[in-house]
Amino acid sequence: MIGSLLGAIGQGFIWGVMVLGIFITYKILNVSDLTVDGSFATGGAVFAVSLLANIDTSICLLLAMIAGGLCGLITGLLHTKCKIPAILAGILTQLGLYSINLRILGDKANVSISQLSTNITFISKITNLTHTRSGMVLGIVVSIICVLILYFLLGTEFGASIRATGNNETMIRALGVNTDNIKLFGIILSNMLIGLSGAMLVQMNKYADVGMGKGAIVYGLASIVIGEVFFRRFQNFGIKLISSIFGCIVFFIIRAIVIRLGLKANDMQLISAVIVVIALAMPIFKENMAMRNIGKKNNWNNYRKNKDVDEIVEDKMTRINVTESGGGEYA
Amino acid sequence: MLKLKNIYKTFNAGTINEKVALYDVNLTLNDGDFVTVIGGNGAGKSTLQNVISGAINPDYGTIEINNINITKLPEYKRAKFIGRVFQDPMLGTASDMWIEENLALAYKRGEKRSPLKWMIDSEKEKIFEESLSKLGLSLENRMKSKVRLLSGGQRQAITLLMATIKKPDLLMLDEHTAALDPKTANLVLTLTKEIIEEHNITTLMITHNMRDALTYGNRLIMMDQGKIIFDVSGDAKKKLTVEDLLKKFNQTKDAPSDAMILG
Ligand SMILES: Nc1ncnc2c1ncn2[C@@H]1O[C@H](COP(=O)(O)OP(=O)(O)OP(=O)(O)O)[C@@H](O)[C@H]1O
Ligand SMILES: [Mg+2]
Repeated sequence: MIGSLLGAIGQGFIWGVMVLGIFITYKILNVSDLTVDGSFATGGAVFAVSLLANIDTSICLLLAMIAGGLCGLITGLLHTKCKIPAILAGILTQLGLYSINLRILGDKANVSISQLSTNITFISKITNLTHTRSGMVLGIVVSIICVLILYFLLGTEFGASIRATGNNETMIRALGVNTDNIKLFGIILSNMLIGLSGAMLVQMNKYADVGMGKGAIVYGLASIVIGEVFFRRFQNFGIKLISSIFGCIVFFIIRAIVIRLGLKANDMQLISAVIVVIALAMPIFKENMAMRNIGKKNNWNNYRKNKDVDEIVEDKMTRINVTESGGGEYA
Repeated sequence: MLKLKNIYKTFNAGTINEKVALYDVNLTLNDGDFVTVIGGNGAGKSTLQNVISGAINPDYGTIEINNINITKLPEYKRAKFIGRVFQDPMLGTASDMWIEENLALAYKRGEKRSPLKWMIDSEKEKIFEESLSKLGLSLENRMKSKVRLLSGGQRQAITLLMATIKKPDLLMLDEHTAALDPKTANLVLTLTKEIIEEHNITTLMITHNMRDALTYGNRLIMMDQGKIIFDVSGDAKKKLTVEDLLKKFNQTKDAPSDAMILG
């Protein structure tokens, strides 16, 4: 039991790096990039074959990131230069990548690296931990590094223009930012992380599979959504990044439980799709509920329950300010 | 400082929706000009500003700022010269970012944004606090509030500050008080005037309020069917009355009442 729990947590950290990538496009840039399923496998495939070619493991990881980044470059160019809607651009890239990934793997559906030494076998050797636990260590280390880098990057002048592009593109362009380049950069960065995540999963599983990225985008979105449930009250940017990885861990724990209950691992695709649907539909449900409650006595209490404490304070301040400044702003 | 030569723009040329928005527009602004722009709906006022900012490319003509030909410069490269405020209070700010973050974004308008430098430091924070306090809306106490939580008037005031916090060569305002209630509109207009006068910013302000068009600025232009049909400045403008303007309006082929009927 503990073993499978640890396994799930390890998976959560490894896939968590991919979730960070999806967070960049989906949450920060407000671009729905569906390249994920393809670039995840590309990262894994490139890692496996370069490892088989006797290249140093860490360089193989780097190559996997670059490969992922190239996948993002294609989607990004299709979107920004050819003006293809982001969703379609991602789907097209993903489709094309399936053929490319097969080529990379030498026309085989999967390639084993079980005899080769990797970062995980290295960790295992120096710490005497099992393969699964060493994989978790790798996942934790890489996740922490990625969160730190992203946290600092997004707080810089340049990073702020990435956030602003996702928030109000017209405005930030009028302030002198080439938003096409920002999107291109964001999509590339996102897919680099996704490729890296794929490479780590290959280390964990000891083989690369052409279908290893199947459903990755839904897993990622589900993880983000789950994370938001737990960290809804936090506005801090770093916490939001951590929340994505945390959501991913919870996701894989749920997955472990589901499997223990006798369902198949493949059922997880359906379950995660349902989680995402519920999360996306929730605001509408809430609104409908609120409509029904208009005029009811406990409405104010519900309002307080549903809103962040900060927001209520802010709302009050807005009202106070109106009277104070005499500016006559309407709410 | 701004020079437009023979600007033409037709939307959907060659289709049944063809619409001439600008027709042989020539306009020269001098340094420090504060120009109010009036004209009926569809006269081409916004298109004129969009052509200047680079949001829309003209079919023909040249645009110069400070004797630099910017006709082929993309919008984001012209940002160096231009600050803008739109009618819609949602357009001018990043609503999910803090007030001070929005100001920090604007503070770097048209400049390189470093991936190594933190976007806000204590020095900038002080500058922002000071300029916010000048607005007189107590916003300096709420620098870490998301802009989403502000009213339309507060947002327009911030957008105005953002457009001018780094002095632009040209400030363009497109009915920036039209979505505000009369009292707030007045407040924002007064702020506008103060900022423009304090920094002596060349300004092009579109308005539908003729009284404002007369009260503010040293020059007034009227547009109709994509053309500038009236251009007065100095004392001639000072003597102008709302009645004069209405008379002018009614002489146009596209008088406001007609325009409204024709939709
Ligand atoms: N993007 C566009 N595509 C097609 N037609 C357009 C576009 N933008 C403006 N037009 C047309 O060009 C003409 C001029 O529009 P513009 O927005 O410049 O008018 P305006 O003077 O700003 O009017 P208003 O006072 O209503 O804001 C109008 O007939 C309008 O329908
Ligand atoms: Mg207009």
